[in-house]
Amino acid sequence: MTLQISETAPPRAEKTRRKAPKVPLREQLIGWLFIGPFGVVFLAFLVAPLVYALYLSLFRKALIGGTSFVLLDNYTKAFTDPSFLDGAWFVIRFSLVLIPVQMLISLAMALILDIVTSAFARFSRLMIFLPYAIPAVIGALMWGFLYSKNFGPLGDIFGLFGASAPDFLSNDLIFYGLLNIVTWQWAGYYMIILYAALQGIDPTLYEAARIDGASTWQITLRIKIPLITPALLLILVFALIGTLQFFNEPKILRDLAAGAIGPDFTPNMYAYQQAFGLANFNYGSAISFALGGVVFVCVYVFLFATRKRGSFLS
Amino acid sequence: MTAHIDVASRRRRPQRYLPLQVLLGFLLVYFLVPFWWVVVNSSKDAAGLFGGGNALWFSDNVDFIGNLQELFTHSGGIYARWLLNSTLYAVVGGVGATALAVLAGYGFAKYRFAGRRFSFAVLLGAVMVPATALVIPTFIMFSRLGLTNTIWAVILPSLLNPFGVYLMHVYVRDAVPDELLDAARVDGAGEVRSFLQVALPLMRPAMVTVLLLSIVATWNNYFLPLAMLSDNDLYPVTVGIGQWQGIASANNSGGTSLWSIIIMGSLVSVIPLIIAFLTLQRHWRGGLAIGSLK
Repeated sequence: MTLQISETAPPRAEKTRRKAPKVPLREQLIGWLFIGPFGVVFLAFLVAPLVYALYLSLFRKALIGGTSFVLLDNYTKAFTDPSFLDGAWFVIRFSLVLIPVQMLISLAMALILDIVTSAFARFSRLMIFLPYAIPAVIGALMWGFLYSKNFGPLGDIFGLFGASAPDFLSNDLIFYGLLNIVTWQWAGYYMIILYAALQGIDPTLYEAARIDGASTWQITLRIKIPLITPALLLILVFALIGTLQFFNEPKILRDLAAGAIGPDFTPNMYAYQQAFGLANFNYGSAISFALGGVVFVCVYVFLFATRKRGSFLS
Repeated sequence: MTAHIDVASRRRRPQRYLPLQVLLGFLLVYFLVPFWWVVVNSSKDAAGLFGGGNALWFSDNVDFIGNLQELFTHSGGIYARWLLNSTLYAVVGGVGATALAVLAGYGFAKYRFAGRRFSFAVLLGAVMVPATALVIPTFIMFSRLGLTNTIWAVILPSLLNPFGVYLMHVYVRDAVPDELLDAARVDGAGEVRSFLQVALPLMRPAMVTVLLLSIVATWNNYFLPLAMLSDNDLYPVTVGIGQWQGIASANNSGGTSLWSIIIMGSLVSVIPLIIAFLTLQRHWRGGLAIGSLK
């Protein structure tokens, strides 16, 4: 199983090119028939909405004068709109802190679980993965309860030490409150991906390294981590795409954290508010499209920059 | 693969790494605390919740059954309806997305056709398009077609799973040998038959994984149904509980009784997927590694 598309693709591509006229039409047709159903869904629910969003974003609806073509006005507006910019800045800051923390935790857990093979470790592996099966809405609610002054345990726990509990739903700490929720939700899933990659490493490599006098620590740093780089890059991309479109958790916590989370907290929440709160579909579409475009470009640039390390575009 | 050799070679070593096991214990507590809180507090009534007792232990009045009854009778039993809706969306959307991914992944991996490389590049690009960026334009499209506020508004967009196609492609490429398919063809099997009887059985591990991933994604989806649906009776459980939570937070004093059913509702809503993951462990554990191994 490999991610290296380019390593296998070029020879095949050459073959295709040389044989291109020889591939019988019937085989080509059957190939397209297999792709067809997905192709239809792809065109209808990915390409069409994207094109439509782009189209809508070029217009503006006014109470007087109706809908008018404004070209890029909506985008100029978005990229000078403090609500959009603050939201975008928040998710960028959030990703910059979240992704390293989350990756370190999931990598550490995967490495530990790769070494320790007790029944307890197997049980832990499953339990750490469990939050992945929890809807983000419910996960946010659960932590919202734990943070809450009304029914959370933080007051009691900090009370034992005579301290007052930190309020993770307040303006100052909501960043960390959300950071904790997202880490809790996804670290287990990433851990499983990394763990599976570690299990795929040929154990004779470790034996050989040990004979050469390598310590467990050296084996970890010099063999294990370099060999699972493709898996690390994969989860990094997942985390980046997921975080930039942050919506569910802040939306749910908004009701509990009065004041700390505005309706324009993240770009997605802002787009939602514009479209469904204010019926401003043109501007909402522009924000959606801008967000999608920014995420796409960020991830693409990242994958391009790391292609030598075996990411899935390589 | 090499997994069992790996374990066997390690089993020779005695139990050790005590500090790491202790560390794992702490991690376990962290990951399980929210579940524990929900289990404990779903047994309490409003007085137990707000009375200032220990938030991480049961109150004197443990009443799971009472809260369950209240949950399933509140607003004429709407919660059961939400659970059914979630199941419908997740199963139809998940099975549909998986079927499409299996066909397309197989097509990409085993056939040569004009435009194959281009389509595959587009597919990889699509993995990077954030799903939520599509919600608002899809909503406007659907509202033109009169599809909003119907089950199709949630099910149809859930059929799109580019990453699933990518996973199937990677898996089929390596797990289904061309020679086997050629042999089947030589023996006179048609394309459909060699796909159904030769390739499909070999694709099972990846199929279960893609199915689980799609079902989880649809079951857990919030933004899409929140945008598409306005009828209470069509809500999936995520949107329903989100709505209750909004009501309960809005009227802080009057809404206290709603909190105990929100907590019970959260607990009940996570049980189906937890059971699915625990029982299907054998299947998804290997499958989740597809696409990340070298």
